[in-house]
Amino acid sequence: MTQEFSILIVDDEFIVRDSLSKWFAQDGYKVGVAENAAQALKMMNEGPWDIIFIDIKMPGMDGLELQKRIKEIDPNATIIIITAFASVDTAVQALKEGAYDYVTKPIDPDYLSHLVKNALKQKKLVDENIKLREQVSELVMGEELVGESPQIKKVIELAKTVAPTNTTVMIRGESGTGKELVARLIHAHSPRRYFPFISVNCGAVPDTLLESELFGHEKGAFTDALYRRKGKFELADGGTIFLDEVGTISLKMQVQLLRVLETKQFTRIGGNEIITSDFRVICATNCELEQLVKEGKFREDLYYRLNVFTIFIPPLRERRTDIPLIANYYLKKYATMMHKPITEISPEAMDILIRYDWPGNVRELKNAIERAMVLAKPPAIRPQDLPIQLVQGEQPEDETLEAVEKAHILKILNRTNWNIAQSAKILGIDRVTLYNKIKKYKLKRNSVE
Amino acid sequence: MGTSKSCKILVIPIYPADFELAVSLARSLRDIFKCDILLDNTNHINISFAYDSSRAQFNSTKIISILSDKFKNFDGKILGVISVDLFIPVLTYVFGEAQLGGKISIVSTFRLSELAYGLPENRKLTEERLLKEAVHELGHNFGLLHCEDYLCVMHPSTSVEEVDIKTATFCSKCWEKISKQIFSEFDNRHNGEQN
Repeated sequence: MTQEFSILIVDDEFIVRDSLSKWFAQDGYKVGVAENAAQALKMMNEGPWDIIFIDIKMPGMDGLELQKRIKEIDPNATIIIITAFASVDTAVQALKEGAYDYVTKPIDPDYLSHLVKNALKQKKLVDENIKLREQVSELVMGEELVGESPQIKKVIELAKTVAPTNTTVMIRGESGTGKELVARLIHAHSPRRYFPFISVNCGAVPDTLLESELFGHEKGAFTDALYRRKGKFELADGGTIFLDEVGTISLKMQVQLLRVLETKQFTRIGGNEIITSDFRVICATNCELEQLVKEGKFREDLYYRLNVFTIFIPPLRERRTDIPLIANYYLKKYATMMHKPITEISPEAMDILIRYDWPGNVRELKNAIERAMVLAKPPAIRPQDLPIQLVQGEQPEDETLEAVEKAHILKILNRTNWNIAQSAKILGIDRVTLYNKIKKYKLKRNSVE
Repeated sequence: MGTSKSCKILVIPIYPADFELAVSLARSLRDIFKCDILLDNTNHINISFAYDSSRAQFNSTKIISILSDKFKNFDGKILGVISVDLFIPVLTYVFGEAQLGGKISIVSTFRLSELAYGLPENRKLTEERLLKEAVHELGHNFGLLHCEDYLCVMHPSTSVEEVDIKTATFCSKCWEKISKQIFSEFDNRHNGEQN
């Protein structure tokens, strides 16, 4: 009747292990036995146990020490100490160190039965609580996509349209545009929302660690692999995995990634067990993946596997009408966090914010507001509170039209790494015109804006 | 069907046992299990080796092991009925013990009698409790685990009050499982009906 629960009995006396395991087996529990601490720790690494009975007095590592070691592996482990009448003091010590309860041998069967039922009930509640908290923190996003511009509305609409499906989504956009927020939005509107949203920044993890991060490892798979660890693909079972900066993954990892995406099966590093996980993939990049494919730095088959449904998030400078909304959103957020009665951004300061190009996009704007909130005096943020590059970045009003044009073209060329087609598209002119302008203004790579 | 074997349960009163209760138990078991119930009162089993003087109780696991040796050639289930107080080493007492999915079980009337609780004897009640615990232990012999249905005989009971609440019969799920098990072990004569 209780096959989903497992009990581990750790006792050096065979008769105790035998009696208890038979007793619990009749209740349908999955029962494991260990005759010493070393064996118990090995079994802990092989899989989780719902309740662990530990004899307090054992040769070698005693019950108290074993309890500490088990708590290191699983801080939520429910431990019940078995003690002889004479060692109740030690059992009390175990309770202080986090044991659920203790029983003295011989145990009253009625008491044992209720103890186990209550321990499992509590364990279930604790597990449920942990899961719910994880889900709430995943779903209740700390931040939201703010904006009223047609561009951002389109992004939100696309995200909500693709959300209920299982389609792989690729989110593209410059750094700081909010790619992870869009991924979370998709997850929150999908049937997978009650399962984990696992985010992996592929660019932030060295290639050697990325493999272990994604697939997990078995104990002893490499130096310092002291315990078995689940990988992100395994953790994302039922939910969504968000692979950020997917363009930075090495070719070797790309092969492995492709296989996992196709089969949804993998093995942990150093292990043989095939693990199947049901996850949805959302990836993001600010690289020109097509260019990387051409250069042979990104596998074409993986590119097509990932590039099923693309959402492009426009940079902030292309939706300037959203800047006041986003700035005020962060103003309110930081005012609450910092307990500062700053309620507005002065018109002059807002004008600077709107005119600035925001190469770091929303992230840069957010940081600028945070900084300004620290410096500002109530009731408003003024120009002098803004970071200096914003203020200096303003064009002098007495410049000629030609000078402004030259500076703007150079800025766009540098931003696109001198990609002529892309720059021409942004500038709204054809490539021939752009080439003529480059010639006219004698623009070169590495020119200073 | 010349090679088929019939379902048999051998009830063995172990001295000191209440023979009258054992006879009445055998009759009721026949109705429940639809098996041949045999009563063997000719085997004298010395259980003194299972006595633990520090606890003034008998180790039921040791008694099961001697029954297992003595009846290793018997091709049915064996139920020992005894009237002494039983224990398994880690617990203070048990009403009975069974080999899960095995052949041997034992049940004691000691804690099933009202006398154990300082009350006047009630033979009928002891008889009912003995039947429930015997069916329960035999259920384990046929591989059944404890059942959540509080009326089912396979519901676990660690006090006589809990024994009194449940019935002596299997719930439909447990009955289905045990019927299949009896059929697969003994392959004939089991008509799948329950009283």
